Amino acid sequence: MSEASSTATSSLPHAPPVGRVTQARVARSELTKLRSLRSTRWALLVTLILTIGIGILACTVFAARWPHLGLSDRQHFRPLRVSLAGVNLAQLSIGVLGVLVISGEYTTGMIRSTFAAVPKRLPVLWAKAGVFAAVTLAVSLPAVLIVFFVGQSILSSQHIQIAFSHPGVARAVIGAALFLTVMGVFGLGIGAIVRHTAGGIVTLVAILFVLPPILGLLPSSWSNAINPYLPSSAADVLWTITPEAHTLSPWAGFALFCGYAAASLAIAAVLLVRRDT
Amino acid sequence: MPQSAWDPNQLLIRACLTCGRAHGESGRTRLIEANGLTKRYGEKVAVRDLTFTVRPGVVTGFLGPNGSGKSTTMRLILGLDAPNSGHATVNGKRYRDHLAPLHEVGALLEARSVHTGRSAYNHLLALAQTHGIGRSRVRELIEMVGLGEVATKRAGQFSLGMGQRLGIAATLLGDPAIVMLDEPVNGLDPEGIQWVRNLLKGLAAEGRTVFVSSHLMSEMALTAEHLIVIGRGELIADMNTADFVRRASKKAVRVRSPQAARLRELIAGSDVSVADIEPGVLEITGLTAEQIGEAAAANAIVLHELTPQQATLEEAFMELTQDAVEFQAGAPPLPPATAGAPA
Repeated sequence: MSEASSTATSSLPHAPPVGRVTQARVARSELTKLRSLRSTRWALLVTLILTIGIGILACTVFAARWPHLGLSDRQHFRPLRVSLAGVNLAQLSIGVLGVLVISGEYTTGMIRSTFAAVPKRLPVLWAKAGVFAAVTLAVSLPAVLIVFFVGQSILSSQHIQIAFSHPGVARAVIGAALFLTVMGVFGLGIGAIVRHTAGGIVTLVAILFVLPPILGLLPSSWSNAINPYLPSSAADVLWTITPEAHTLSPWAGFALFCGYAAASLAIAAVLLVRRDT
Repeated sequence: MPQSAWDPNQLLIRACLTCGRAHGESGRTRLIEANGLTKRYGEKVAVRDLTFTVRPGVVTGFLGPNGSGKSTTMRLILGLDAPNSGHATVNGKRYRDHLAPLHEVGALLEARSVHTGRSAYNHLLALAQTHGIGRSRVRELIEMVGLGEVATKRAGQFSLGMGQRLGIAATLLGDPAIVMLDEPVNGLDPEGIQWVRNLLKGLAAEGRTVFVSSHLMSEMALTAEHLIVIGRGELIADMNTADFVRRASKKAVRVRSPQAARLRELIAGSDVSVADIEPGVLEITGLTAEQIGEAAAANAIVLHELTPQQATLEEAFMELTQDAVEFQAGAPPLPPATAGAPA
């Protein structure tokens, strides 16, 4: 110790904790973690390609086949839904990435380093959810806007396009990006609860894709009553303008889906604080 | 790896980057205090009623066989696992109650605690950013631990030794008052082991608290001035390393004599035990070398060798853990009738 430092010390016996942990700093750390993994970059790129590529492909097929399509096909044609076809697959890649964002830390042991740096733990969960939601929105919003406008311009060759100003369309297009964002958070919550990559992915897929067909096996009075409240059904209504029977209104459905995501995070938060690492 | 980059004193003497002060100063107790720590995993008791204090300024070794609860104890201190009873504090507070934990304790955790897909640089940067520690500090530490050339490689491709160096770099990020390392020399080459020894001694000489676990007694003999020894999750010894060896030393005397049989008869007694090591060589416990030598001279017995045996640290350790095991087995809990009866 030099004399200068001991003087500085005695004049500052309780030096302000300059390097203390804040929520903003933890968020910055989580952003570094997110962008420094090859798997994250790939998954986001795949989401972008799926969303744009599949939508354009679907629009191209319809535009090319339109003169040969029968009345039934023409009646069931939905220009908005076709251009957003890729979102159906993107939800899976985003949801799985959400699981990975946290399960990857558990499987590699990184979580011990993370919690040694932030022993209060909850700031890590909030930061992961916030940063991942922001990144997902930043990727998916341009993707859905691009695929909507490119897709509709392809469809316009047959004059079967729908305008952005058409009632509900703007809400549905932007809603598709919001849907993907919340799906990512839902996956992250599940990943934090399950703590294993494979288990987390299986749980997510089961909730989204296995629950609905099982429900379909029940008597229709039951399934019609329950179906609107399933996460998958509640999530879908925001990005469609032709609601099916037995569904909630767009914003009510989306609010419920947000509730599911919030619940998964809340359960994860309780477990995160209580469980050993 | 260039030797110059390994000089631990480079980073340690100067002031802390995050707060501009030199460390080891007042305002912090710099103690690790474990108070009645008990941790069970299901039926298995990993740590039982462990109480000890680790003090600044010296390297304190945390010694015990594999599976004796060393890593568990360190996880309890860091709050990674919650104890079933008891508590641990660092610098007077629970670890999780500190505002800048990496500034209080730098910890090297067991095995790998690194995401295999992330580069060494980004791993350290992510940890540093939680405390607002800058990139320059990260680069400096990477150079210091000798990972400069592989800083952008994924940590999953690292050897065990490189992983340990990365872990040690993470330990020093916040210029902590307390350094706690779990088996730091595992997987290091001789040069790396030497470097870790010097680093630990340098950190202690700076006035920091250095708590380092190992199952290797010989390693502890070289680095630790003080020892906390556990076996089966219980405290066996908490003492100066030299005292530890002395206390456990069996104080035997090795005697080589062509008249071994006669010497044996001569010194026989209730307090004396004699072991035949090989023909003509005895190991005598219960008498000093002086007493044996004088007895031999008085009876005109020729001695070719008369050597007091000093137990090595390994032997001392084996003996003490052995005692603990025997004590456990030989002292069942008092039967209720005896315990409850009025005296």
